[in-house]
Amino acid sequence: MKYRSNWKWAFAVLVMIGAVAGTGCKKKGADPFPASNAVADWQKTSETRVFAAKDLWQYIDGDAEQYVSAGVVSTSTSDYKYKGELEATLDVYTMSDAAGARKILETGQSSDAKAVQLGDAGVAYAQSVIFRKGPYLVRIVAYESTLDAQQALLALAHAVEAKL
Amino acid sequence: MESRRDFLKTAATGALVLGSQSKLGLAAGLDQRVQTGKSKVVIARDASLHGTGAQPDEKRVQGLLDRAIAAYTDRDHPVEAWKRIVRADKVIGLKVNGLGGKGVSTHLSLILAICERLQQAGIKPGNIVIWERNARDLQACGLTISTDPNRMRCYGNDVAGYEEQSVTWGGSSVKLAKVLTRECDMVIGLPILKDHSMAGVTFAMKNMYGVVERPSELHGDGCNPGVADINCIPAIRDKVRFTIGDAMTSVYDGGPGFHPERLWQPNALIVGEDRVAVDHTAWQMLERKRAEVGFPTFEAAGRPPRYIATASDAAHRLGTNDPQRMHLMEI
Repeated sequence: MKYRSNWKWAFAVLVMIGAVAGTGCKKKGADPFPASNAVADWQKTSETRVFAAKDLWQYIDGDAEQYVSAGVVSTSTSDYKYKGELEATLDVYTMSDAAGARKILETGQSSDAKAVQLGDAGVAYAQSVIFRKGPYLVRIVAYESTLDAQQALLALAHAVEAKL
Repeated sequence: MESRRDFLKTAATGALVLGSQSKLGLAAGLDQRVQTGKSKVVIARDASLHGTGAQPDEKRVQGLLDRAIAAYTDRDHPVEAWKRIVRADKVIGLKVNGLGGKGVSTHLSLILAICERLQQAGIKPGNIVIWERNARDLQACGLTISTDPNRMRCYGNDVAGYEEQSVTWGGSSVKLAKVLTRECDMVIGLPILKDHSMAGVTFAMKNMYGVVERPSELHGDGCNPGVADINCIPAIRDKVRFTIGDAMTSVYDGGPGFHPERLWQPNALIVGEDRVAVDHTAWQMLERKRAEVGFPTFEAAGRPPRYIATASDAAHRLGTNDPQRMHLMEI
């Protein structure tokens, strides 16, 4: 009787540990999209949309193939607005491995890219920031060029990085 | 003075007195090849189009459009010029391109300018259909979805759907958008000039990928012969008769998506009936820009737009890619 009770407790503890660990994993990787005002002056202005690799053409037809060939698993995207004016789009590409993320980042990179401390590697332009961290490739693009656009994009990018 | 948006709002409610109907219609009145033996293409430019803002100035866009259409039709008065392009009793589709997202989609100011002139030329608001693949692409152009038959309509293939039966031309088999097959009598293509990671260049003919259900299946071998094939499908070949190409903003590399670091403002419209000649002209414009900034040619980059030559071959006969057979007007 005593042994049976101990086994029950042990089983319950194992279940709890598993649940906590599972929740922890999900938190770490599930939603890298900062909520409104999680980053100063940034508002999340759309729902997050998710595209499986086979459906990526619906989002970026014509560009999808290069991501698919680099091993994209899924792509999540959402729109943001900075100070109620500057519109931007945040894309998070989940690749099958870090090599895929590196391939995409290096393919699109050019001499005018400014290296930034983000994730494993990152670059910034006047209106966009791109970085990779493990199997994730993150691209944030603003639709206008303003004086503070790059700094604002970098602030958002750091918040995304922290959630990956 | 009434703004363009006010004008369109008024026109859309039917309160505006519309112009008289054209007696000519497109086919009889405009075919420049018949008149000159060469395919006419007009490049109209306005260096001050953008001013200091990210978006082009609405009035200047209207002026640029009027100059382009006047040069193309040899008519000075904009409404008279438009009457040589469209017939008042027809349903006119405007196939815009919003694939690249907000940063590099057909400009709203151009779409509105065309809608204004169409209505002045006698087209009823409800007979103007602005369409693209889906609501997202239309919203990227700054448009709002509307299915009210008494107003200018604006919706995507996600609303109107696709034909059940596939049609085949060459090696390409597709399901066509019902907006094209069932609603429009004539379509004006309003592509936006972009680099394309596979096709090399996307403009007039490639814009038709938004008219078929699964364009991703036509991307093989640099979209060749996919682009040429689908433009030969009768519903596309016969209805898409005119291109007013948006080259006001473009991406010269990294397309077809929006890459602001590769953004460029040619401040131009490219207009013509011969879709092959229009695409050839657009391709050369992109090549010149790439050379200017030290980028390799499309050939060297491994993605020459071969579909343009295919479209002009004996099997497709969609137009000419021979500059000697084009009448290029730059204004």
